[in-house]
Formats: sequence, structure tokens, C-alpha cells
Amino acid sequence: MYSFTDITHWIDRLLRNSMTDGWTLFVEFILIGAVIMVAYALLALFLIYVERRVCAWFQCRIGPNRVGPWGLFQTGADMIKILLKELIRINRADRFLFRLASFMVIIGSICTFGALPFVKGLQAIDFNIGVFYLLAVSSLGVVGILLAGWSSNSKYTMIGAMRSGAQLISYELSCGLSLLAIVILSGTMQLSEIVAQQSEMWFIFKGHVPAVIAFVIYLIAGHAETNRGPFDLPEAESELTAGYHTEYSGIQFGFFYLAEYMNMFIIAAIASTMFLGGWMPLHIPGWEGFNRVMDYIPSFAWFLGKTGFCIFLALWVRWSFPRLRIDQLLNLEWKVLMPISLVNILLMAITVIL
Amino acid sequence: MGTIITFYCLSALIIVSAVMAVTSKRILRAATFLLFVLIATAGLYLLLNYHFLAAVQLSVYAGGILILFIFAILLTSPKGDRTEPEDRGKVAMGLAAALSGLVITAMVTVKHIFLYADPNPTVAGDHEINMKTIGHALMGTEKYQYLLPFEVLSVLLLVCIIGGIFIARKR
Repeated sequence: MYSFTDITHWIDRLLRNSMTDGWTLFVEFILIGAVIMVAYALLALFLIYVERRVCAWFQCRIGPNRVGPWGLFQTGADMIKILLKELIRINRADRFLFRLASFMVIIGSICTFGALPFVKGLQAIDFNIGVFYLLAVSSLGVVGILLAGWSSNSKYTMIGAMRSGAQLISYELSCGLSLLAIVILSGTMQLSEIVAQQSEMWFIFKGHVPAVIAFVIYLIAGHAETNRGPFDLPEAESELTAGYHTEYSGIQFGFFYLAEYMNMFIIAAIASTMFLGGWMPLHIPGWEGFNRVMDYIPSFAWFLGKTGFCIFLALWVRWSFPRLRIDQLLNLEWKVLMPISLVNILLMAITVIL
Repeated sequence: MGTIITFYCLSALIIVSAVMAVTSKRILRAATFLLFVLIATAGLYLLLNYHFLAAVQLSVYAGGILILFIFAILLTSPKGDRTEPEDRGKVAMGLAAALSGLVITAMVTVKHIFLYADPNPTVAGDHEINMKTIGHALMGTEKYQYLLPFEVLSVLLLVCIIGGIFIARKR
């Protein structure tokens, strides 16, 4: 299977030949940062297009189809429009916190995105505590949402932010607990190690019933983490206009919008890395020929395919279910999902010991 | 070289944000500057190759306690709340506490023998501590392992949770 370390090592050697080690590192950091941010923006644009098409498909419409072939350039045109829009100053708002909030949301999202193992040999940073890092950094976004709601000087944003804060904090618990089940199974938190261990069999098959339960719980809780689908009360458009980002305009609104879509991608990517093997091809023990054939499919196709599958599930749920009430939402987390995931961890521990 | 520059940037951020957190008139801004202090401290831990502590710092302080602060501020204080200037006695007490803290920290820093002050360090401190080592230390019962304090702390947390529910339920 092709490893992208060839390319990265080639770039590294090229840089080392022309400058000192310190400068090489510096240039590499900037390069990686730029690549991650460009990939972030492009993926978000593509996801917005996909969402519109899939949503249209579920609602028996056509969706964007005029700009470019199959409407592919529609989101690009929208991006140019959003960049040209005026940044409206809110009267009697705390301007510093108002500006800061949109950056907080997107920084939390990019930091999580940067640590994902995309393809074989392409992972910006491989922490020993990978899973824990992902959970820790993604919790920064909540602060941004709360600040956005407060500093906009509006009741709609305030209510949206409070709902969102309560929802994100609650659902973070079962997100973390369901990932913990996989950490118990693999015995490590390092993402590259977790992917490598799935070379024989993906964890969702290896972990028997507890892994499947953890996968379902993670999909539900992760979907709630992105403020979408039946869990979109923070921005319930019929009651709150647009929730916590009502007062934002132009690219500041764009930041919230990008972060929302990329959080969906990140949740799907984590789900596919932890449960479906990340970029690892489907291997069945004993089927040598089958495994060999599967190895010919490039690793980025596996990663994008699995992530795309999880994203499709999220879109499917979003456009199929009615919105929950706030008490139903909190009941679902605290009385259903969390007890199940706690019992599930116990089950997983028993499975591993046996 | 790069490490030193990063260290100075982070330290400057910590000092400036800490001063701003105390002097800021709006209480939510103060909380935000406190958040910057906590995030920059996590950056210092990362600089020391102590990834676990950095992630704990982020998830416990930035992601947990600070959100609790902001929630409490949002629920209690009216819009645009500005802090009242404190009276003389409180300012004097605060100064005394800050100064004694400074003295204690300075004494500890001066007295402590650092790993890198020794030109030939015997303990390897340069590489990352493995997550497994930390886990075994937290969950073991032998010498330098901390199962009992860990469990006692969890009982304390349980007591706090039950107490919170009891107070909130009293109506």
C-alpha cells in the first residue's frame, strides 16, 4: 500500500538541503498549517454543496444545478458573495468578545481537524494521547458559542447560546464515553496505533456487541455535538431566527457556517477512524486474496469513503426527523445515552478480559 | 532557539492576559482573559513535551470550569454588568495575598534543583511521558502509585454532586 511518507520525506530533504534545521522546521510548520487550512476550507465548501444536493434529493427537489456542471461551483460563488458582504457593527454590543467568538469556534474546529490521520503517512501530529487531545480541543468551541450569544446583545442569540451550551456539555459525555470503549479495546490512545491495530479487522467487528453499541451512541451524540438534525434547537429557525449567530454577517457568519459543516466532517472522520479503521482497507482474516485486492484501493479512497458514509448517515437523520424539545433532548442524553454508555464500557472491559 | 521564542511569546501572553483579567471592568471579559491564561499555560505544558497535562488543562479548565464560570455569569449578572471598585481593605488583602504567593513561588523556584541545571542529567526528561506510564501510576497500588488518592478524590466528587443535587432540589 502506498505511503505518503515518501512525499513528505522528499519535501523535508529538499528543505534541509537549502537551509538550517531550525528554519526547515519553521517552514514546514507554516506549510502544514497552510495546507490544513486550505483543505479545511475546500472540504467545507464541498460539504455544503453535498448537503444541498442530498437535502434536495430527500425532499424530491433538484437542488443547485445552474452554476457550473451539476451546480458544482454554486458554493464557490456563495463564498465570494459572503466575502464581499459588509461586517455589520452591532449597537451596544461588546465588540471585542463579538469578534473573538467566531474565531474561537473555528480555532477549536481546525485544531481538531489538524490531528486527524487522513491517509497512510499523512498525519500532521501524532500525539500519544490522540483521542484525549481531540476531545479536549473540540470543547473550546462551546466557549465561542456562549460568547457569541452573550456579546451579540440580543435575546435570540442569548437563548440559542444557552441551549447550545447545555446541549454540547451534556453530549460531550457520551461522546467521550463511547470513544473510551474503543480505547479499552485497543489499549492505546494514539490514533496511528489505533488505525494500525485495525489492519486485521475493524474495531466494530473485533469488539463484538459493545463496539456496535458504542458506534451507534457515538453517531447520535456526535450528531448532537454538531448542532444539527433533530438536535438543532440552538438555531431553531422558527423560534430563534438563527440562534447564537443571528447577529453575525459576512465572513464572521461564514466562520460559524464553515465550523458547523467541518464539525460534521470531523465527527464522521473520528467515527471512521475509531470504529471503521480509518484509512485501513477492509481485511478479513484468512482471506489472503481478498485482502490483497483490497490493498490496491488507495488509502485516501478508504478514508473518504468511510467518512462520506458517516456524513451521509448524518444528513439522512437530519432531513428525516422532527426537532426535539429541550427537555426531550436532555432526557435522551442523561437518562438514556449516558447510562447505556456507562454499562457499555463495563461490557467492553469484560469482553477484553475474556 | 525556537523553543525560547515560543516560551517568551507564551509567557508574555500569560502575563498580559492575567493583568487584563484582573483589571477588566466587564466580568465576562475577565473570564475570557482567564481563558487565554489557561490556554497559554497548556501551551507551556506542550512546550515541555507533557502532552497529557496540556490536554487535561484544556479539557478540565478551558472546556469545563471556564464554561461553568461563563454559564454562572450569564445566569446571574444583568446585561453589561460592570464590577464595582473594591474598598481599600479588600485591595490591601488582595495585594498581601498576591505578594506572599510571589514570595513562596520565588523561594521554591530558587531552592529547587532543576533537571537541566545539571549539565549531565541522569533522568530523561526530554521525551514525552507515555500515557501507559501515567495510567499505571494512577491505577497501581505499589510505591509511587496512586490508586487510593484517586479513589478518595472520586468519592469527594460524588459527595459534591449529591450535595449539589440536594441543594438544588430543596425548592
